[in-house]
Amino acid sequence: MSDHDTEDHLEDIPLDALPLDAWHRARGARMVPFAGYEMPIQYEGIVAEHNWTRENAGLFDVSHMGQLVLSGPDLDAAVEAVLPIDLSTLKLGQQRYSLLLDEEGGVLDDLMVSRWPEALYLVVNGATKWDDMGTLREALPDDITLNYLDDRALLALQGPKAADALARHANGEYPLSALTFMKFGQFKLAGHDVTIARAGYTGEDGFEISLPSDAAAEIADLLCAEPEVKPIGLGARDSLRLEAGLPLYGHDLTPETSPIEAGLVFGINKRRRTEGGYPGADRINREIAEGTARKWVGLKLDGRLPAREGAEVFSGADKIGTVTSGGFSPTLGAPIAMAYVASEHAAIGTALEVEVRGKRLAATVSPTPFVPHRYFRGS
Amino acid sequence: MPRYYTDEHEWIDVEDDVATVGITEYAQGQLGDIVFVELPEVGAMIEQGKDAAVVESVKAASDVYAPITGEVTETNAALEEDPALVNASPEDAGWFFKMTIAAPAELDKLMDEDGYKAFVEDL
Repeated sequence: MSDHDTEDHLEDIPLDALPLDAWHRARGARMVPFAGYEMPIQYEGIVAEHNWTRENAGLFDVSHMGQLVLSGPDLDAAVEAVLPIDLSTLKLGQQRYSLLLDEEGGVLDDLMVSRWPEALYLVVNGATKWDDMGTLREALPDDITLNYLDDRALLALQGPKAADALARHANGEYPLSALTFMKFGQFKLAGHDVTIARAGYTGEDGFEISLPSDAAAEIADLLCAEPEVKPIGLGARDSLRLEAGLPLYGHDLTPETSPIEAGLVFGINKRRRTEGGYPGADRINREIAEGTARKWVGLKLDGRLPAREGAEVFSGADKIGTVTSGGFSPTLGAPIAMAYVASEHAAIGTALEVEVRGKRLAATVSPTPFVPHRYFRGS
Repeated sequence: MPRYYTDEHEWIDVEDDVATVGITEYAQGQLGDIVFVELPEVGAMIEQGKDAAVVESVKAASDVYAPITGEVTETNAALEEDPALVNASPEDAGWFFKMTIAAPAELDKLMDEDGYKAFVEDL
């Protein structure tokens, strides 16, 4: 028996420990190398953890992600020269999805941008954070300060019961229920100052909590003592985000993909589509106007055999695309995948085939998310 | 009926001239939730140490190697309907396939139960 996957085997790179390393091990996590850290892939099992999150609430340690703070004079103009975001419409307390693009419009990273008083707070992917800091430092004027919050941990509490569990402990100027999707605020948890954003990567209602690293174990214990909450590993994080139709950087998004191909046009804010003035704007605006040769689509596969990243997609004898993420959906009980396919084959309902180990599997272009999002947009 | 083990975590039961092959309890625990098992064709010749089957878990695909050389004579049809049988009963109802024993001497290279237990404890 041996694993086909070798991409995350980073044996030659020294691995760092996350603030909750010992906490994960004490709870029986199986640790694997990921993004330069040892991270928990699972505790009791991926399917059980996946289903628990869809029905209750799961606590994810995402402290590998980079938390950055930008500040300085004319901050908005400086950041708009680097990101295709419209900061004139990002108010204090709001968070927005954005993209770090290269000069050709390829995706260097996807990230969240939040408006702090006199500052912008960014959450970037763990595997790309060092490169991102280099890119940002080079692109931003010298009088813009870039702070890497390496003394902060990041926990995500996700699922339909996340709000109930967290509200029992979060104290702030206003109740937690005042936060709607993509809003954030300052709260206290077990006496510690934390920033809570109503956002996540599972398609469920949920929160991302930025907290001091030295309080991470105490707060993780506090939340996991709630009957609705269990710790959830990276394995279920991946199957949950795949069902939610959300891209994973390094797989679905790379410097070789454009955000327009990936259907992320919302990441190019409206004013910026006409004004440009960010890296790759020429290509991006051309693609918005004229369309792209390929599109990122959802695929539902017949049978039970999953198609993984790299599997080729066919229409008859013609190879027309490649799977970028694929697996078995615990919620649907069937294999699902995301793939870039030639745009003429991207319409919902198109019958295609995916090749796995020489076998052709029937697949249908399907709407995403595969499992409906349940974000809290207000009651 | 003697049971042998490989260092790739397959087990093999030998009864007269037929062998039954599966993966171990340790292997199923490492793989996690199994969603699909791709079995060899009946009549296929498989060679010791070479690919014989593929197990798909939620997270990845893993190869299962032939513990010995021989011809596949039967596969476990129950795994088609219920691949999770491998998680529930890896060393019994979740067997993969039966095969002939082309070269009985190959069995000598495999571990017995105690040897395998010690091998897993060292991992």
